[in-house]
Amino acid sequence: MDLAYKILIDPFIQMGSAPDLLVQTLWEGLVAGVLYSLIALGFVLIFKASGVFNFAQGIMVVFAGLTLVGLHELGVPAFVALGLTIVVMFGLAFLVERLMLRPLVNQPDIILFMATFGLTYFLIGFGELVFGGNPKKMIASELYLPSGAYDINFAGGFVSLQKIDIAAAVIVSLMVIALAFFFQKTRIGRALRAVADSHKAALSVGISLEQIWVVVWFAAGIVALVTGIMWGARSEVSFSLQIIALKALPVLILGGFTSIPGAIVGGLIIGIGEKLGEFYWGPLLGSGIESWLAYVIALIFLLFRPQGLFGEKIIERI
Amino acid sequence: MKAPGGADIAVGGVLLAVENVSLAFGGVKAVSDVSFDIRKGEIRAIIGPNGAGKTSMLNIINGFYQPQHGRITFKGETRSKMRPHDAAKRGIARTFQNVALFRGMTSLDNIMAGRTLRMTKNLFWQLLRFGPAMAEEVEHRHRVEEIIDFLKIQEIRRTPVGRLPYGLQKRVELGRALAMEPELLLLDEPMAGMNLEEKEDMSRFILDVNDHFGTTVVLIEHDMGVVMDLSDRVVVLDHGVKIADGTPDEVKGNQAVIDAYLGVAH
Repeated sequence: MDLAYKILIDPFIQMGSAPDLLVQTLWEGLVAGVLYSLIALGFVLIFKASGVFNFAQGIMVVFAGLTLVGLHELGVPAFVALGLTIVVMFGLAFLVERLMLRPLVNQPDIILFMATFGLTYFLIGFGELVFGGNPKKMIASELYLPSGAYDINFAGGFVSLQKIDIAAAVIVSLMVIALAFFFQKTRIGRALRAVADSHKAALSVGISLEQIWVVVWFAAGIVALVTGIMWGARSEVSFSLQIIALKALPVLILGGFTSIPGAIVGGLIIGIGEKLGEFYWGPLLGSGIESWLAYVIALIFLLFRPQGLFGEKIIERI
Repeated sequence: MKAPGGADIAVGGVLLAVENVSLAFGGVKAVSDVSFDIRKGEIRAIIGPNGAGKTSMLNIINGFYQPQHGRITFKGETRSKMRPHDAAKRGIARTFQNVALFRGMTSLDNIMAGRTLRMTKNLFWQLLRFGPAMAEEVEHRHRVEEIIDFLKIQEIRRTPVGRLPYGLQKRVELGRALAMEPELLLLDEPMAGMNLEEKEDMSRFILDVNDHFGTTVVLIEHDMGVVMDLSDRVVVLDHGVKIADGTPDEVKGNQAVIDAYLGVAH
C-alpha cells in the first residue's frame, strides 16, 4: 500500500508542489531527447536507403568530433577545421562504399550489419592511433556556440535554460526540416527511397547504387558531426561517447526505423521519459534507472505498435 | 507493319544485335550460342516454354547478367561489359516479370523515379529545393503527368503502389519505364496474371508506345494470341537455344517450335 502510494501518487504531488522543478526536468528531458533524436537520425538515414542497421553510427559521432578537435589542436582555425572534417566524413563515406558495401552488394542484411561492427572496431582502433585515447574538450566557443544560461523566474522558483541546449534544439530542427524535404521532394531523395525499396528496380531506371550509398553515408556522417559537436559541447569528446549509439535503439524502436519524424518524436519521448523517471521515480528504485528505463519504455511500446510510431506498415497484398 | 490507325512505322536498321551469346550458371546453361537482332521501331517477341532462357536473355541485354561468350552491339557500339545503370543511361528501360516497384512510394513518385537520369541539377540546389532544381522538378512533373494520362492512371497517382492490384502495378511499372523515354523497352511478361480486359488495355498501350514514340519493344509473353497480334518478328528459345526466328506466321508453322511447345514422341 505504502509502495503503491510512493509510485502512483507521491511523484505527482511532488510535481504539483514544485512546478519549477517539473519544468526544469521537462526541459532537460527535451534537450537529452533532441540529442537522442540526432543519433537516431543518423541510423534512420542509412537504414532507409540500404536496410542496414549501422552499428558504427556511435563511433562515427566520436570520430567526427575528435577529427574536428584534433585538427584545431594542430593550429587549424575552427571553421577551416569544420570544413576539413566534413571532407574527412565524405572520404569515410567514399571508402565505406568502395571497401565495404560494394564487395558485399546483394548479400543478406545481416552480413552488412556485421560489417558495420567491423567498421566500428576499425574506427575505434584507428581513432585511438591518430588522436590518442584521452578525452578532448569540444571547441564550442571557437565555433561561436553560445555558453551560459538564461535563468527564468517561474512559479516562485526559477528555471535554468542552457544556451547551448537552445542552440542544439534550433540546429536539430533546421537539419530535420532540410532532410525531410530532401528525402520527400528531390531527385536524389527519391532515388534514396527507391534504392531502399528495390535494388534491381532502382538499377533498371539508371540509379547508381554506388553514388546513392556515398550520399547517404555522407549525410549520416554530417549528422554524426553535428551530434559530436553538440554532445561534446555539453560534456567532452571521448570514446565512451560511442555507447550513446545504444541509446538510439529504443528511440528507433519507438519511432520506427524508417521515419525521420519518428526519430525526432521517439527521441523526445525517450529523453523526457528518462528524465522524469530519473527525477521522480529514481529514488524509489535506487539510482541507475536512467540506464534501463528507455528500453522498458520501448518494450512496452513494441507490444502495441511493432512497426513503431511512424514506421512503414508493411503493406502486402495477399 | 501493323500500325494501329494506319500510321506507317518505319522499321529501320539494326538497333541491337546479339551475337553468339552464351550464359551459364555453374553447370546450368541458361543461354547457349544465341544470335538475333532487333531492328529500330519493331516489336520483337521472345517466346519459349518455361526455362527456355527468355528472362536470362533480357537480363543480358539490360546488363544484369554478363554473358561468358558473345557480343552485344547496341546503337553500333559493341560492349563487353555493361552494368544496369549504364544500360539505362544509354536508353534501355525495362519492366520485370514479378513487378519490381518501389512499394512504399506513390505511383507518381515511382514514375518520377524513372526520370532520375534526366534530372541533372546538383545536390546543392536540390537541398535548397529552390531555383533551378524547383524549375526542373516542375518540368519533369509535367512530363510524368502526360504519362499518367496516357496510361489512364490519374486516380491512383497518390496511392502507395503496394496497395494497388496487380494489373495496375504492372501499368505503373510500364509508366516508370516510359518516363525514361527509352529507345529500347524490354517488357518481361507484361500481361502475366491479367484478365482479358487488362490484357487488351496493355496491348493497346504497347502498340501506342511503339506507334507514337517510335520506341522499339522487346516483349516476353506466354499468351500466343497476344504475341501473334502484337509482334513484328518472333525469336523462339528452348532450353537456352534459338530454335526459330521470323514473322509470327513463319514461327507458327515451324515444326521445331510445335515440338518444343507440345513435346515430341520419342
